[in-house]
Amino acid sequence: MDKRTEMHRRERRRYVIGYGGSLLLTLAVFAIAYHFGIETTGVYLTIGLLGLAQLIVQLVYFLHIDRRRSSREDLDLILFSTLVLLIIILGTVWILGNLAIRMHGM
Amino acid sequence: MKRAPTHSYPGINLGERHASAHKASEVVTFGFWVFLMSDLVYFGLMFATYITMIDAQAGGPGPHELFDLKSIFAQTLILLTSSLTVGLAMLALKYNLPRARIVLWFGVTLALGVSFLVLEMRDFLAMAEKGGIPQRSGFLSAYYGLVPLHGLHVAAGCLWLIVLGVQLRVMGMTDLVISRVMRLALFWHFLDLIWIGIITIVYFGGLTYG
Amino acid sequence: MTSTVSSFFGRLNWDALPITGLIRDPNANEIVANVAAGIVIVGVVAVVGLLTVFRLWGPLWRDWLTSADHKKIGIMYVVFAIVMLARGVLEGVVMRAQQAAGPGDGFLEAEHFAELFSTHGTIMIFFVAVPFVFGIANFVVPLMIGARDVAFPVMNQISLGLTVSAGMMLMVSLVVGEFSTGGWTAYPPYTGAAFNPGVGPDYWIWAIVVSGIGTTLTGINFAVTIYKLRAPGMGFMRMPMYCWTIICSSILIIFAMPPLGVAALLLAADRYLDFHFFTNDLGGNMMNYANLFWLFGHPEVYLLVLPAYGIYSEVFATFSAKRLYGYNSLVIATMSIAIMSFTVWLHHFFTMGQSALINAVFGIATMLIAIPTGVKVYDWMATLWRGRIRFSVPMLYGLSFLMLFVIGGLSGVILANPTVDYQVHNTLFLVAHFHNVLLPGVLFGLLAAYNYWFPKAFGFRLNEFWGRVTVALWTFGFMLTFLPLYFVGLMGMPRRSFSWEDPSFHPYMIVAVIGAMVILAALLSVLVQLWVSIRDRNKTRVPVGDPWDGRTLEWSIPSPPPPYNFAIIPQVTDRDDFAATKERRMAYPTPDAYEDIEMPRNTGIGFILCVLSGIWMFALVWWIWWLAALMTVLIILAIIVWSFDTSTEFIIPAEDVRKEHEAWLALAHSAAAVDRDLEEAPENRGLARPDLEVAT
Repeated sequence: MDKRTEMHRRERRRYVIGYGGSLLLTLAVFAIAYHFGIETTGVYLTIGLLGLAQLIVQLVYFLHIDRRRSSREDLDLILFSTLVLLIIILGTVWILGNLAIRMHGM
Repeated sequence: MKRAPTHSYPGINLGERHASAHKASEVVTFGFWVFLMSDLVYFGLMFATYITMIDAQAGGPGPHELFDLKSIFAQTLILLTSSLTVGLAMLALKYNLPRARIVLWFGVTLALGVSFLVLEMRDFLAMAEKGGIPQRSGFLSAYYGLVPLHGLHVAAGCLWLIVLGVQLRVMGMTDLVISRVMRLALFWHFLDLIWIGIITIVYFGGLTYG
Repeated sequence: MTSTVSSFFGRLNWDALPITGLIRDPNANEIVANVAAGIVIVGVVAVVGLLTVFRLWGPLWRDWLTSADHKKIGIMYVVFAIVMLARGVLEGVVMRAQQAAGPGDGFLEAEHFAELFSTHGTIMIFFVAVPFVFGIANFVVPLMIGARDVAFPVMNQISLGLTVSAGMMLMVSLVVGEFSTGGWTAYPPYTGAAFNPGVGPDYWIWAIVVSGIGTTLTGINFAVTIYKLRAPGMGFMRMPMYCWTIICSSILIIFAMPPLGVAALLLAADRYLDFHFFTNDLGGNMMNYANLFWLFGHPEVYLLVLPAYGIYSEVFATFSAKRLYGYNSLVIATMSIAIMSFTVWLHHFFTMGQSALINAVFGIATMLIAIPTGVKVYDWMATLWRGRIRFSVPMLYGLSFLMLFVIGGLSGVILANPTVDYQVHNTLFLVAHFHNVLLPGVLFGLLAAYNYWFPKAFGFRLNEFWGRVTVALWTFGFMLTFLPLYFVGLMGMPRRSFSWEDPSFHPYMIVAVIGAMVILAALLSVLVQLWVSIRDRNKTRVPVGDPWDGRTLEWSIPSPPPPYNFAIIPQVTDRDDFAATKERRMAYPTPDAYEDIEMPRNTGIGFILCVLSGIWMFALVWWIWWLAALMTVLIILAIIVWSFDTSTEFIIPAEDVRKEHEAWLALAHSAAAVDRDLEEAPENRGLARPDLEVAT
């Protein structure tokens, strides 16, 4: 019984940590946007990195993905999906961006 | 693989108490996870399409006229909180907490999901009033192809939540229903991940480069 | 009144029927259209009539339509694919006849010709190749990995239902309205509402979307099945090569079907809701459609051909009585092809206008894929080397494939060079190339699989004589039809042209139409082979289950297999486990104990979703909004109601399993084992005598 209560506490704490972390990152993003304005690439890069950080926080604390052996398969799946996504998104942007430049001579 | 796995798929695992369900739900949860990856490609391509169409405003209203960051901020907080509460609902089920607690977290999650959708609809209506309708430009088409797609997923999640609530009542806390709740939680977390992409790329990206 | 009717029937009216056109203006074109519609109607009436006369509705419903058994679902997929193949081949013959009737306009109208090449392509890829590939996979994969069913048997049934209902839309479009004229790729803006307001592109869109969902579910199903349901002891590197190709193919489906769904749905948004993804005006970008479509389209090619590679790998090993040569390199090659297939999509639109750098990058990536493919060809040849080769029907398909496919592959490497591609883009050279890859590569592989595994599925062998005739007809029919197209392509004849003027094309067109006739004969020969085989089935029964001295687990069980496949789940200790067991003289063991087996119960949900999604598509095509909305609600309701059903499985008692299995074991122990020389003789009852000398 105690073991179960202990596990419950641990799993709940994990969720709360994930929530707290995500909340902080969200607030940081909007604070930066509010404070510095959203115009420069520098600000946007910061926002993007914070978004990436939040993705990782949620993957680890909500979806329980980490480098433990037992969840390695899921990590592999995510990494492979990320690879495919990168290929198709970057490829699309590269190709269509290039076509746009060649058409409009921007 | 031969060791009894204590953690064999993403999200909360049923663990030892539900040994039989654990085995059965391992396969189906892995399958659901694969489905989510396939769904992720849908979103990925819509993101790519949006990125390539940021400039395609065709003289119509752009991000600066249309996006309401306050509302986006509220939606973000709501969705994030619902991601926590859906997890708590699942923990309540897993650890056999009193029924009231389970109902509470289910109810809170549903309420948050619905209010997210209401705020999003309000945004769309406000945008439409300023001429921001999908028929206006390629940029707006890409916006309305992506953000409501996420909204549709949230709506499907809400419907699923309701059905599972009914099933909990009718069928009881069977292993099958609990395993379904876990998959719903996965789905819900996944939607929160997509939402991070949406605020970063659609809203902030749109405002920076649009 | 009129407005009520039109809101009830949408844009559907009497003009949608081809007979209206025939009455108004009888000409060759209308006659062909009406004959096609007539064939569909007669076919439906004939099937319904036969089922009624022979009182087969009950068995059809109980044993097939509601079955969740992967073997039956696989067989239904293949039957569906062959029906659609017949239509696709007929369309091909009509197209070749049209072009041979030149110079000049031939006997068809341009629109009708465009419909033909659009349906031909759509059908051959989505409703022949895909269901055939996954029909075979459905039947074979669980047997090969020692599983009792796929991971999600009901979802499997739903996949079949969605594929069939989407295929039916193509049949319906022959009778009601017309199909798209935009080719199988349906490029906007031509297929957009501005240029093409009719129902054609809408038929295409919804057929693609619904079959795409079905295929995606299949991909998930097979990835999970192979990943999680392998028999104990079967590590990844002990998996038969065919399973490797199916898992790679499934991964391709999981990641490559979404781009097709996105492309088709965004086109639908443009057409139905006046969005501007691909329109000419207001910032639309039709080039993104080509990009999205080929993000799907190129992996699609490999998701079709990889399973065929897997089939050939099994066939070459079995009929050479050798272990597959270079297993590890084949695994690596398969994985490389799967991943690299995501990096080459741009070679389908080299001519769209992007910079030379981008073209060069994708051109090089395309050429690189030839390397793992070359590795495979050498591995197969090395498997044949010093093997004890039997020229059985699957082996003949394999040899035909090896020779012809290399030509097709090399012409692909030629096309991978952007500067060359600029010259031959959209000519018949391209048509020759992809038919050269898809016929010997995919279709011959599937026909080899059909001949190879048929005795496993039905318990008797197919007729070898007619099988050989069929191989010869397909091979020569293919060569006569498509090799000339390389030449006219180089001479500059554009693809998809219903009329042409240059008289120097004429001889090639004549040869091609003769070839098309030979292919038609090949198709008929497939049916003759089936008919003769069924007639003579008592002389070719192989109840023990191993007619070819097979190497993998599916040959270690009865033919046809019991519903639960394996009385006892095998413990795998080797690659080619059954061959290894036979070498150790330990095949057909008597188990110590039997257990109850849990199997999926029959369910109607797949069939229900098939019907509902069919009506849903039809309603959307014809703008019958109330019906479309109603069907949407019913589909959701059907899934919810089904999710309340908890009695999804039934138990086969251990005692029944024991009785059945022991009867079969007694048969296996009493049957006379046959040498490979008697493989095609009536003595072959499915018990193989292992070769004295074990070739390695």
